[in-house]
Amino acid sequence: MLPPQIQLLSGPGCPVCVTAQGDIDAAIALARIPGVTILTFGDMIRVPGSESSLQMEHACGRDIRILYSPYDALHIAMENPEQQVVFLAVGFETTMPLIAATIRSAAQQRITNLSFFLMGKLLPPALRSLCKQDITRIDGFLLPGHVTAILGIEPLQFLATEFRRPGVVAGFQPEEILLALAILVRRIGAGEIGVEIAYRSVVRPEGNRTAKALLKEVFQPTDVTWRGLGLIPDSGLAFQSSYANFDARKRFSLQEFASKDHDGCLCGEILCGRFTSKDCPLFDHACTPETPIGPCMVSSEGSCAAAYRYERWK
Amino acid sequence: MKSIVVTMAHGSGGKLTQELIEEHFWPRFTNPTLDSFLDSSILEIQKEIAFTTDAFVVKPIFFPGGTIGKLAVCGTINDLASVGAQPVYLSASFILEEGLTWKELDAVLDSMAETANEAKVKLVAADTKVVERGAGDKIYISTSGIGYLKVDPVPQPRRMENGDAILITGSIGNHGLAVLQARNSFFTKLPVESDCAPLWGLVEALLAAKIPIHAMRDPTRGGLATVASELAQASRLAVTLQEDQIPIDAPVQAACDMLGLDPLTLANEGKLVIIVPSAAANEALRILHQHTYGRRAERIGDVQCQPEGLALLRSRIGGTRILESLSGEPLPRIC
Repeated sequence: MLPPQIQLLSGPGCPVCVTAQGDIDAAIALARIPGVTILTFGDMIRVPGSESSLQMEHACGRDIRILYSPYDALHIAMENPEQQVVFLAVGFETTMPLIAATIRSAAQQRITNLSFFLMGKLLPPALRSLCKQDITRIDGFLLPGHVTAILGIEPLQFLATEFRRPGVVAGFQPEEILLALAILVRRIGAGEIGVEIAYRSVVRPEGNRTAKALLKEVFQPTDVTWRGLGLIPDSGLAFQSSYANFDARKRFSLQEFASKDHDGCLCGEILCGRFTSKDCPLFDHACTPETPIGPCMVSSEGSCAAAYRYERWK
Repeated sequence: MKSIVVTMAHGSGGKLTQELIEEHFWPRFTNPTLDSFLDSSILEIQKEIAFTTDAFVVKPIFFPGGTIGKLAVCGTINDLASVGAQPVYLSASFILEEGLTWKELDAVLDSMAETANEAKVKLVAADTKVVERGAGDKIYISTSGIGYLKVDPVPQPRRMENGDAILITGSIGNHGLAVLQARNSFFTKLPVESDCAPLWGLVEALLAAKIPIHAMRDPTRGGLATVASELAQASRLAVTLQEDQIPIDAPVQAACDMLGLDPLTLANEGKLVIIVPSAAANEALRILHQHTYGRRAERIGDVQCQPEGLALLRSRIGGTRILESLSGEPLPRIC
């Protein structure tokens, strides 16, 4: 649909897709502890660890349950007092406030058999880290509507002030994406930098103050590893000390699992436009939608997954 | 004292097994063939038949719009109907879990018998076994079916041609969503029922009107996307569906949007995808619309030569994406 001079690079993907291999390995180690029940969002169970996945562990008999709302964790913990229930808390700024609210409720209700394995991630630090690598080939940014619905646009103004690029907050329906693209293209043409909202039905410039306050109350920023992008300073969430007794890592004295990104995975470079998916030595060999390695292949909407599917056609 | 649930003794083959059969199965399925109680049923049969088998393990066994029993009968009937065969005989094996209540068993058998009667098929062979509590999940049913072929040549993907029209007999995703809702209670109220229905009547009406059916599939597990993709691969032609033509009930679409599911990958148990020459499409739709199970039939796409072997979806704003077979389960997403 788009004219050939517009190229879209998509990624790194959703909070699930960027979960590091080491974190999946740690979750699997938790699942293997007798008496532990793992709660997870559905799409986590396919993400590959170093030698297994939660799906495979479930098939081997571990107690791994899919839930749909973080709040369900409270009921499941209360209904299974003899089990240690661990919620795999993944999410960007969009989901993490809900998880923060759940943790606060668990504290208020003094639920002692529930803990949280935090894998939450923050978008602005990751975007900044990508920009720092190489911004030369990127003319502008389509920015995610739901993250900015929480954060507002202030945390993304660095795109203009530091990197002199325009950004437009887009919705998710095709019309909304086209609208945002049209505005972005006009801004690029006119040399207008700055962040604009093209999703005003949902996003306010100041974001959602209540959600932001919740995030601050329960979590603090920490350095975390992203699949395919490596360690990014202050891009993850850790517990504030007042909630630290809900930390599954501490409760089970979990060791650190190294996240060794596969040699040769070029996701970071692909997202900067320095390489295309086809340049990656793993693409269509070791890395396919059935056996994904980098986040751009794990995510069905990622650049590599799209390239894999559509190159066969074109 | 009479047991209030199925016990291991009901699977022993002795007196209690006989009681189980006489009190629960026989009254519902009685017919001369079954009543002969021979080790094998003797059937009169025409020369060319279609034969199919299937197993049903749906959880929960009751869901809005159906039961595991209705599903088993419909599934087998629809597999026969999809090749243009009139369903005639059914067999059914039941694996019952110890502790299943008579009320549950009777409700499943009632819905089976009702559906079999509606579709005029006879249960001519049956078996029951009981497994210990925990070794099964209330009830599993395995069915086989025999149908009389009513059309020559048999509808199949390699008969598809460039320019053919692709029809669907009604809205998609209802069964898959109804079962997911019954399993998880995502919503306090969701006005969605399984579309589970026996579809031979639809096919019979099309054949009676001499509609030349090139190919036919029931989009069960994997949904419409999987069937479209398989039809394209098997025919080595392109299958293009128009997103805005595909009937999807508003509550199904809304629930899918909230849960991050694609209605095109959800199971259907009362729908057929039918491929006919473009010139016959309007007449086929007219006939389908007269039928209870085809009232919302639509032409949803076309068959083309290129790109060979691929199924495509044209979005309502004019974009195109490749439709792929569902890999793994449809999982709700957080993102």
